[in-house]
Amino acid sequence: MEKKNIPFNLFYKQFNFVSLLLIALSLVFLVFKGLNYGVDFKGGTLIELRTTDKTISISDLRKSFTKMELGDVSVKNFGNENDFIIKFEKKEQLEENFIVNLKNELKKDIGDSFNFRRVESVGPKVSSELLKSGILAIALSLGAMLIYIWIRFEWQFSLGAIAAIFHDVVITLGFFSVLNLEINLSIVAAVLTIVGYSMNDTVVIFDRVRENLKKYSDIKIFDLTNISINETLSRTIITSATTLLALLSIFIFGGEILKGFSFAMILGVIIGTYSSIYIANPILVMLNVTQKTIIKEDTD
Amino acid sequence: MLYFSKLKIVSVIIFTLLLSYFALSNFFSFDDNFFKRNINLGLDLQGGSYLLLEIDNEPVVIQQVQNKLIDIKKYLKNKNVQFKNIQIVDNKNIKFQINENDASNIEEIFNNKDSEINPYFPKFKTHQFNLTIDSNNVQLKLSDYGLVLIKSSSQEQAIEIVRRRVDEVGTNEPNILKRGSDRILVELPGLNNPDRIKSLLGKTANLTFKFVTNNSEESFGTEKLLFEDGTEAIVSKRIVLSGENLIDAKPRMDTQNNQTVVSFNLDRVGTKKFAKATSNNVGKKLAIILDNKIISAPTIQEPIVGGSGQITGDFTFQSATDMALLLRSGALPAPLNIIEERTVGPDLGQDSINSGLISLVIGFCLVILFMLVKYKFFGLIANITLIFNLFLLIGILTLFEATLTLPGIAGIILTVGMAVDANVLIYERIKEEKKNEQNQLLAFDSGYTKSRTTILDANITTLIAAVILFILGSGPVKGFSVTLGVGILTTLFSVYFIARLITAIYVSKNKNKEKLL
Repeated sequence: MEKKNIPFNLFYKQFNFVSLLLIALSLVFLVFKGLNYGVDFKGGTLIELRTTDKTISISDLRKSFTKMELGDVSVKNFGNENDFIIKFEKKEQLEENFIVNLKNELKKDIGDSFNFRRVESVGPKVSSELLKSGILAIALSLGAMLIYIWIRFEWQFSLGAIAAIFHDVVITLGFFSVLNLEINLSIVAAVLTIVGYSMNDTVVIFDRVRENLKKYSDIKIFDLTNISINETLSRTIITSATTLLALLSIFIFGGEILKGFSFAMILGVIIGTYSSIYIANPILVMLNVTQKTIIKEDTD
Repeated sequence: MLYFSKLKIVSVIIFTLLLSYFALSNFFSFDDNFFKRNINLGLDLQGGSYLLLEIDNEPVVIQQVQNKLIDIKKYLKNKNVQFKNIQIVDNKNIKFQINENDASNIEEIFNNKDSEINPYFPKFKTHQFNLTIDSNNVQLKLSDYGLVLIKSSSQEQAIEIVRRRVDEVGTNEPNILKRGSDRILVELPGLNNPDRIKSLLGKTANLTFKFVTNNSEESFGTEKLLFEDGTEAIVSKRIVLSGENLIDAKPRMDTQNNQTVVSFNLDRVGTKKFAKATSNNVGKKLAIILDNKIISAPTIQEPIVGGSGQITGDFTFQSATDMALLLRSGALPAPLNIIEERTVGPDLGQDSINSGLISLVIGFCLVILFMLVKYKFFGLIANITLIFNLFLLIGILTLFEATLTLPGIAGIILTVGMAVDANVLIYERIKEEKKNEQNQLLAFDSGYTKSRTTILDANITTLIAAVILFILGSGPVKGFSVTLGVGILTTLFSVYFIARLITAIYVSKNKNKEKLL
């Protein structure tokens, strides 16, 4: 890729506005609509069921499960027309014969031609623990990144990087809220990886900004960020491209179970790449980072 | 940066080949015993059951405090200390009243570091019970460590019983581990249907023999219990014999009336007890009680002195087998609740392996093609590096016999996508350096040097995320953090040793070519 000179910095304000809008919208959705927690975090039971009898319809299953008084039952197709995901929230303690009884009840209604391919039952105590440790994991990783970048860079840089990550996490979760996609343990893993990836991307540009601060003593940070973004642009594009290729492969060929995870990651990589340019850098400009900022640090 | 000592070259090659060998040994069966290692497939890939059990310790605590109360009564009587109104409050505190002038005596008995009745644990600087005396009111409160002791001992016992029951069912390589102070994790690979094990683990299996009384009302020393079919019987509270005295139990066909029964053998103490009780009570009904339900209450026809007997009941052969198994393995100290279950059928596991591998191959090919188109010959170097990176990653997972899960496979694919980043950073840097540097060798060298801190920074951030996920994540997600984390390390190794070595050799041989990158 030849050296480019795209004036990214002319649009800092416009894109910051867009980002702020998206963050605000995401927060509104997260507060008022909330997230669609899966059984990992809400408790309850998930059954992946495969039928060998094509005449069994989703409404047959729904009817049969609704009869069993399991609370809110949701029945959905999963990938193809013979696979179903059944979810329900059963409040009481799981009994040891619960699944057996369920199978027997179901046999009465739709016959023998089905099997449970996957059963996940999570009690209320465990689900609240999982939720806590999920939130803790995300908070801790943000904290650890903050500390790392604080050690490696000056505080202005770490503020920029953390703002970018915060932006990515909030908007990714906002998307999940709007689209009503399920949040489970693997989504937490995805969010953490997004945090790592976005940080990675930001650090590459920041490293260049710092280098250029030393190199050009007469260029203001506003233009300096633009030079740095352009210099690292081909790397940014190539790495995003290969990562997205890998993720698309998981999304398309990796099976239903990994769909949510890979979707979150794809979203996160795109948002993370964008935020490294349009969140992290404008903050350096806003905080008026100058050559002095890093020289002071070097003489310390 | 482009110079390699001979020793380094040899070590890199040996290390790479060794790990590649481990990686490949998963796919081909080499005939040697030394290197016999394999990646473990997680339960989500090979199918199986994950059960998290929680011990309901409340009855154990109550029981222990009750025992303590009896001990204290005896002890105080021996020491000639007057007390009254001794009772248990809140299930774990003992309260009683004394004469006020005995306060210092009580203090000496319970708060002495050598106290016989209230042991002191110097390591934790606490007694089993914390003593408070308020004029003539004495309260002994179970201390935190006292509670921990009770919990850990019941966990210890429970895990042993769980292990025996799971082993009896005979699944392959079950994994039974402690979790926290009151939980037990049971992993049952390859088990398609955990229903039987669940129902076995859900039973405390507390077996007792008690006499049925002739009274029709509950009175002091008796209790009302139910049969399986719901009918009631009044039995004496006195335990004639309990499951502890059992040494063996088997399902058997009773040839006389064609009924399935469970036959049992008693130990010496049990035999004596049983002989005495049955001799003195011929004609009475003896209730056989499991977990507070009467299985049957046969009439004693004759004294049973041989130390063996049989339990009749409404058994199928399967339920008699399970009953015998429970009796053989012994009673749990406390009830177990299943608080989390994850079961994956083997067909879904195989589907997941297939789709995981397909997406790995496709993702890998896409990345390789992309790099080839973008960087031509140096893309090839990056791709060779990527292949070795994959070998190293799988090799290390094999070496440590790590568990590969479906998210773990996703982590490998993600590593493939992100691993080229380091090479891209280097190549892009070299391109920039070449603008100011005529000497190809120097340009390559400074390209490597100047991109190093960036690459380290960038990878450490992802590594931090992986480590946190490893510490806090559970199950399949942990597998993701392992492959992601190890993937970063192998990426750094393959980029800085393998790719750099190939680049160094190529560049030094072609340093006079016009355009190298």
